[in-house]
Amino acid sequence: MKSAVSTAGSSARSIPAPVVLEETLAYWEAANGQRLLVKRCTVCKRVHFYPRDICPHCGGVDTVWEAVSGSGILYSYCVMGHGPDAHIMALVTLDEGVTMMSNIVGCEAKALRIGMRLRVVFVSGAGKPNRDGSPAQVQLVPMFTPMA
Amino acid sequence: MAYIVGAYEHPTRKADGLSVLRLHADVAIGALTDAGLSLRDVDAYFCAGDAPGLGTATVAEYLGLRLTHIDATDCGGSAPIVHLSHAAQAIAAGRCKVALITLAGRPRAAGASLRLKPPDPDAPELAFELPYGPMPANLYGMVARRHMHEFGTTSEQLAWIKVAASHHAQHNPRAVLPKVVTVEDVLQSPLVADPLHKLDCCVISDGGGALVVTSAAIAKSIARPKVRLIGAGEAPKHGMGGQVDLTWSAARWSGASAFAQAGVTPADIQYASLYDSFTITVLMQLEDLGFCEKGQGGRFVMDGNLISGIGKLPFNTDGGGLCNNHPANRGGITKIIEAVRQLRGEAHPKVQVPNCRLALASGIGGALGSRHTAATAILERVA
Repeated sequence: MKSAVSTAGSSARSIPAPVVLEETLAYWEAANGQRLLVKRCTVCKRVHFYPRDICPHCGGVDTVWEAVSGSGILYSYCVMGHGPDAHIMALVTLDEGVTMMSNIVGCEAKALRIGMRLRVVFVSGAGKPNRDGSPAQVQLVPMFTPMA
Repeated sequence: MAYIVGAYEHPTRKADGLSVLRLHADVAIGALTDAGLSLRDVDAYFCAGDAPGLGTATVAEYLGLRLTHIDATDCGGSAPIVHLSHAAQAIAAGRCKVALITLAGRPRAAGASLRLKPPDPDAPELAFELPYGPMPANLYGMVARRHMHEFGTTSEQLAWIKVAASHHAQHNPRAVLPKVVTVEDVLQSPLVADPLHKLDCCVISDGGGALVVTSAAIAKSIARPKVRLIGAGEAPKHGMGGQVDLTWSAARWSGASAFAQAGVTPADIQYASLYDSFTITVLMQLEDLGFCEKGQGGRFVMDGNLISGIGKLPFNTDGGGLCNNHPANRGGITKIIEAVRQLRGEAHPKVQVPNCRLALASGIGGALGSRHTAATAILERVA
């Protein structure tokens, strides 16, 4: 996997905590370790996204986690706001063949091109609040930035 | 085959002092009055998530309805078109005789913006989306951007869709945006979700609408022009396990079903109500329903081709969601209502399609950039 640093991208927007279900706990724990995971079906051998227990391609119930390279290309994007505060919504097609929703960070909107090469970075978002009311832990969220 | 014998659009666009349930009740009575029927005649009721409380039970309680059939299918803004199809099926199956469909809401008076529903913690996909800030405008913006990339579609072409809607809205005294706009006006409006401008978006408005659907036997006794549902289709499309393709919508599937059932082709359609949450939504349906080839939507809409009396395919002659009304942030019911007006010959004279006998209503519920449900209805005027 390419080097991924949480400081490569920052976001002016506050990033809400993902709702982490049992089924996807491993994905978010891996993200906190700066690793991007997808799921592969052991029956049809295909990768899918978003990750789930049951393969959406063949209905197979035996799916396994797999780390991906973290590189891909920009499928489409939409820019809201201006300058460094611009919020860039994107769909990114990973080299492994699945497309995921994300944000583009560390890049001027003007420099974006569909098809450009991207790599994953992990950006600090809000975490799940603790039950005792103590401050929430940070959750790292996979985002993408242009490859150098 | 079921008939639409009552149709009514609420006159309000900002419902200060009217509750959501009162709006549902107003449109229900309006549509029944249009049909010459009363609340006592209704034995089936259809609503989606815009109805408050327990939906069908809450509305039935308020209006004192005695029902043998209910359907609260909610797939977003396309729901009323699905309801129309389901009502026809229920009537054909003998489950009911007179079906009432309502949609209403007051997001404008409530000061709500055009945001998606509050996140459902049990929807697993949202964990992979909400951290990134999805909104209707940026989800549709990505669809527009990809269409531009694949097919060379331009912002000017998208703007023509708003221009056509505004030409129709000028004749609608209730339209939120009754002023005719130009391509330049659209392009000079702020970029809210680049490449979509403010004027590429629909209005936020209050109000609603209702339909009364019944059997051929009962329709015969009602002194209103006969509008018959002859084909319908419904289909969801989603992220497909990561095999995302934003260049086409589920209208490809719902349209194919509807045209096959009706036994007609897109070339036969004289008037089309196309869901218009954004200009790109219209362009996608034009292609996916077969009014033009995939990728040719931009060329198709240029030069007023959607303007009644000028173009080849008059669309949204009430001004649509882009200019007239998008009640409850759901445009499905107004799409059917304007198609009924056209088929009855009751559209505004300036936008009425001469001898309109075949019309289509199409809805997209949800968001084209993530997941949505398309619904298509083909309606025929019977002599």
